[in-house]
Amino acid sequence: MTNTLEIDGLRLHLPGAARPVLAGIDLTVGARETVALVGESGSGKSLTSRSVLRLLPPGATTEGRVAVQGQDVLTMDAKQLRQLRTHTAAMIFQDPRAAINPLRRIGDFLTESLRLNADTPAQQADERAVRMLDAVGLGERVLRQYPGQLSGGMLQRVMIASALMGDPALILADEPTTALDVTTQAEVVGLLDDLRERFGTGLLFVTHDLGLAAAISDRVYVMYAGRIAETGPAEALFDRPRHPYTAALLRSTPRLDAPQGRLAAIKGQPPSLKEELTGCPFAARCPFATQACAEELPPHRPVPGEPDRLVACHHSDQLADQLAGSAAHD
Amino acid sequence: MTDVSDDQRVLEVAGLHRAFGSVQAVHDVSFCLARGGSLGIVGESGSGKTTTARIIVGLERADSGRVLVRGRDRSAAAGRGRGARLERAREVQMVFQDPFLSLDPRVTVGSVLRETLRLHVPEAKADHDRRVEELLDQVGLGAREAGAMPRQLSGGQRQRVAIARALAVEPAVLVLDEAVAALDVSVQAQILNLLADIRQDTGIGYLFITHDLGVVRCVTEDVVVMRHGRIVESGRTAEVLADPQHAYTRLLLDSVPRPGWNPKAIAVARRAL
Ligand SMILES: Nc1ncnc2c1ncn2[C@@H]1O[C@H](COP(=O)(O)OP(=O)(O)OP(=O)(O)O)[C@@H](O)[C@H]1O
Ligand SMILES: Nc1ncnc2c1ncn2[C@@H]1O[C@H](COP(=O)(O)OP(=O)(O)OP(=O)(O)O)[C@@H](O)[C@H]1O
Ligand SMILES: [Mg+2]
Ligand SMILES: [Mg+2]
Repeated sequence: MTNTLEIDGLRLHLPGAARPVLAGIDLTVGARETVALVGESGSGKSLTSRSVLRLLPPGATTEGRVAVQGQDVLTMDAKQLRQLRTHTAAMIFQDPRAAINPLRRIGDFLTESLRLNADTPAQQADERAVRMLDAVGLGERVLRQYPGQLSGGMLQRVMIASALMGDPALILADEPTTALDVTTQAEVVGLLDDLRERFGTGLLFVTHDLGLAAAISDRVYVMYAGRIAETGPAEALFDRPRHPYTAALLRSTPRLDAPQGRLAAIKGQPPSLKEELTGCPFAARCPFATQACAEELPPHRPVPGEPDRLVACHHSDQLADQLAGSAAHD
Repeated sequence: MTDVSDDQRVLEVAGLHRAFGSVQAVHDVSFCLARGGSLGIVGESGSGKTTTARIIVGLERADSGRVLVRGRDRSAAAGRGRGARLERAREVQMVFQDPFLSLDPRVTVGSVLRETLRLHVPEAKADHDRRVEELLDQVGLGAREAGAMPRQLSGGQRQRVAIARALAVEPAVLVLDEAVAALDVSVQAQILNLLADIRQDTGIGYLFITHDLGVVRCVTEDVVVMRHGRIVESGRTAEVLADPQHAYTRLLLDSVPRPGWNPKAIAVARRAL
């Protein structure tokens, strides 16, 4: 069976950067699967998810393959690309207010892309809009309202309804709940989860909230400086991180079940795009780094006895116990 | 909540009300902050946290109620003149979520701080350069950052600048409104540790507004929970989080994502409340 999304060896260069912003990403999302993409600001999460719709910054060049339902997005012509964006894959952004024109009614916003694509009669588009609003728990009357009349949580539900309009196989959600408070976040996440089951959609969920990733996803990819540091099933990955970066992220998160007091902050900052990198990109901040880490890029290696897990760390096997212990906060 | 005797209170808020049209943004809000203490305000979006904070720092007026800093009524005595405004600013400073919006993009970090010092402590002019260095050092920035424009800094560095600027006038209270919400966990951890160090070193008090209960647990001793403009629960942070008394506090706690979490049940509970 083909995966809904299959990214193989994606590299992305931007003008003025000394190294690729994405340096060989491999990632898959199956039908009905929720996959989380986590990592610090600037690690390349948004660029990865935007590549899936080929929404790239000016001057960007790519290598590799990004296939949605078996079709390579990077080589599509304009017509195929329009079809992809209208019907196959849809994106939900962090800030719904920035993504919706405040001067247009919600109804126009929802039906716009179907109507522009001229393959759906207006009445059919309107009917679908009502059904999708209902699916996200909003009434028909929202169609005639303006964005300013809705709360942030309601507007994000409108965004989700809009993403569902073309009956996509894949939803890319880029920090869809970061601007919402915790109770509204729970509501939106519950909704996405429902819809994923009902419509069989695959979901790529970009977030920097590790607790949220652990709670909602089947599998997780941890990204650092344009590479996947580690991937695996959510439970295993958060219980027993195999990459020092994953363990460090977990330890720096203020949690309700951790002892109070100082947090274990990661020292330093992620490498700037102006620097070339040799060796492991995390080496400069890693407490376990050795000479080998500075010199040699660690390849992705399977974790013995754990299917579906890959980790890019020279010392992962020796560190296993230490990392698992530190992630558990004791 | 901790019993705080009168002379130990650095900030006291009593019976605050504020309405916008038909919306009661703040309804009978009272709490106090001990000298050198840290008090959290949590609650969902629109519960009145920011309005309360803005009233305290003097950016918003209250319909009724009092704000006392070190026992003095800010609204009554203060008046509206420039001198009075500066005096108020010296007592309570505020740090916002997005420091980019509150920093002038054309001015270097060093100049921002010197400007603040010139405005608030003109009498000590000779010492400003040394004080700027001291402030930058206090928030973990160096000479390199002093010469930088805000856009050349990372989000975490900008938030450090905003904190340094707030500290420049040596306020008794720092109000932090979602001040770490926009930061990465790793940077957030650095800033939270920094804030803990500053409080220990200077005895400054924090009013810490956040909707992240993990953060509240990490940096506050007491907490008030707000909903629809009212305080529904308050007490020692550790006790409120371990044994919440109000259904809304329990809902907030249940809303925190964790493995095995059931978001749909939370949505149902929220509607029922
Ligand atoms: N349009 C653009 N032009 C130039 N550089 C860009 C552009 N978009 C992103 N970048 C750079 O590419 C890198 C990856 O950015 P990306 O937005 O994918 O990060 P992210 O992981 O989504 O971060 P965040 O958590 O802050 O959203 C960053 O260094 C960023 O500065
Ligand atoms: N200047 C204003 N004019 C009209 N209504 C306002 C104004 N400021 C706040 N409100 C309303 O007052 C209520 C409380 O808002 P406030 O910003 O204090 O909430 P908050 O708890 O800080 O929320 P958030 O977590 O979203 O920041 C809301 O209903 C808001 O819409
Ligand atoms: Mg992003
Ligand atoms: Mg607010």
